Amino acid sequence: MFHTILMITLAVMSISLFVCFIRTVIGPSMPDRIVALDALGINLIGFIGILMIVQETIAYSEVILVISILAFIGTIALSKFIERGVVFDRD
Amino acid sequence: MTAIEIILSIFILLGAFLSLLGSIGLIRFPDVYGRTHAATKSATLGVISIMVATFLFFLLIEGLFVGKILLAILFVFLTAPVAALMIGRSAYRTGVPLWEKSVQDDLKEVYEKKLNEPQ
Repeated sequence: MFHTILMITLAVMSISLFVCFIRTVIGPSMPDRIVALDALGINLIGFIGILMIVQETIAYSEVILVISILAFIGTIALSKFIERGVVFDRD
Repeated sequence: MTAIEIILSIFILLGAFLSLLGSIGLIRFPDVYGRTHAATKSATLGVISIMVATFLFFLLIEGLFVGKILLAILFVFLTAPVAALMIGRSAYRTGVPLWEKSVQDDLKEVYEKKLNEPQ
């Protein structure tokens, strides 16, 4: 029963990842794509968390940390880049 | 199905439901500000719920205290509002329009006044 719930949840998370990917592709403006990529990274963290429960391993805990840090840094860098044209500004 | 598994199932189903709600909001809302609202509130709470369930699974069933999962929860909790703020500010400053049925834009006059005054 618990395994069935985990499989259903994996399917639901896959659907939400796919929807985020659709918004990344069709997004009319550039901030739409950045929002969708940020949400995709956050949903990927939940997906890997459920995968850890299914496989009963803690080997993916570093993967979760690295994905969360990379999603945050990528969001900040892309939004600063489309705002001013540079990532690091000196003023 | 033991009591621990029932509690874990509640957390996991709630998290998946909130993540799905965030994605539906991301595809259904009309402009980028509404999409930011959907994607960074409900998806963040859903992921935090799923990670709490993962932490409780390893703590109660496997008997392992995994501090890195707690660190990931704290990091997502701290960085999602900052990311939403940066995206919203860059979208407003690069001139992404609001939805045409929006009734109020309080930032517009303040922002124009700040642009027009000399440095």
